[in-house]
Amino acid sequence: MINKVVKNVEDALQGVQSGMTLMLGGFGLCGIPENSISQLEKLGVTDLTCISNNAGVDNFGLGLLLQKRQIKKMISSYVGENDEFERQMLSGELEVDLIPQGTLAERCRATGAGIPAFYTPAGYGTEVAEGKETREFNGKMYVLEHAFTPDYAFVKAWKGDTAGNLIFKGTARNFNPLMAMAGKITVAEVEELVPAGELDPNQIHTSGIFVQRIFQGKDYEKRIEQRTVTPKS
Amino acid sequence: MALDKIGIAKRIAQELRDGWYVNLGIGIPTLVANYIPNGIDVEFQSENGLLGMGPFPIEGEEDADLINAGKQTVTILDGGSLFDSANSFAMIRGQHVQLTVLGAMEVAENGDIANWKIPGKMVKGMGGAMDLVASAENIIVAMMHTNKHGKSKLLKKCSLPLTGVGCVKKIVSNLAVLEVTENGFKLLERAPGVSVEEIKNATEGKLIIEGDIPEMTIN
Repeated sequence: MINKVVKNVEDALQGVQSGMTLMLGGFGLCGIPENSISQLEKLGVTDLTCISNNAGVDNFGLGLLLQKRQIKKMISSYVGENDEFERQMLSGELEVDLIPQGTLAERCRATGAGIPAFYTPAGYGTEVAEGKETREFNGKMYVLEHAFTPDYAFVKAWKGDTAGNLIFKGTARNFNPLMAMAGKITVAEVEELVPAGELDPNQIHTSGIFVQRIFQGKDYEKRIEQRTVTPKS
Repeated sequence: MALDKIGIAKRIAQELRDGWYVNLGIGIPTLVANYIPNGIDVEFQSENGLLGMGPFPIEGEEDADLINAGKQTVTILDGGSLFDSANSFAMIRGQHVQLTVLGAMEVAENGDIANWKIPGKMVKGMGGAMDLVASAENIIVAMMHTNKHGKSKLLKKCSLPLTGVGCVKKIVSNLAVLEVTENGFKLLERAPGVSVEEIKNATEGKLIIEGDIPEMTIN
């Protein structure tokens, strides 16, 4: 087995430089690569283009990098929970490309699957389609959307093995498997790293071929954005 | 009496049919799940990667790894499944989901919908709304008929940036149930105690009134 393990987050982020385009998995704060984000903050790299469904909250997730002005451009589908983000965007300090969530997911998938572009109906007739090629198929209009060109992808999984195979838990899967496919260098951080052979191959969500570096993550906060409960009766 | 949010949710729940997969948007649409008519089975799809979404967890059993598209903690029912975001939108674009219920800031008489952006003021993003409205066979909008200044939200033409074109099929507002037809908003039902005149006054777009308009039944 090819061994993908690096010993810590410092080694995992070797080579990350200012000006790069990064993909970061997660939906809201669910399934975000917490350790890699902390390390990006520590490295102090700037002028980053970040592709991520959301932009974290003010003091957690990508919000940490926004506060330090490390992000030049965000490519996301929804950025509603972050006041600092909204401030930087409305003042023009931050470039923002808002794209439909399904288009974002498919663009990530296409990137890793060797598909340079594809047609989708999402956004046709709206400002999202402005300047883009459109085409009719079977009487319906579609918009041409392109793959991305990320330098690194940072994903978070529940379990991983030394060969880079990953298993996600619950809805923490979201964009992680798609971004894992897309990174020129994909860095996976996992809650539990086990020797190759311990995970059931039938249960693997992302094959190790898509992962270049894997490390045992630590100190996961796993914050909940909206704690909604049914009271105990 | 105009309907409150729960009334709107209850009326929309009457549109559910046995065997449907349904995507509910944030806000009033989420409430629809609480009023599924007896004797039918539906499954709720949450576009962040969950099918078979259940109620909020019992206090103390919240799982940070199990949320809905509104980032609320939820549960998964027996027979539910989990998937990535590309698969989730394959379900949506591929029309495997029978009904989408979402909110709107404006709807036009031709079925255009605006619900994601107020230029210069509110820019939160469209999330999955553009994919949903571009693909769903059946879209019901849950909304207030007028804004807080009393201005109609059912318009000749949307003034805000569009989410989708010509896609809304039905509207359940606090005042009425309307079908979006080629010729405009066709009034189907009135909220209990609301007159046709009131609905007319609250609708800027073309309103089609044919015969007696029945009052809706809400349990």
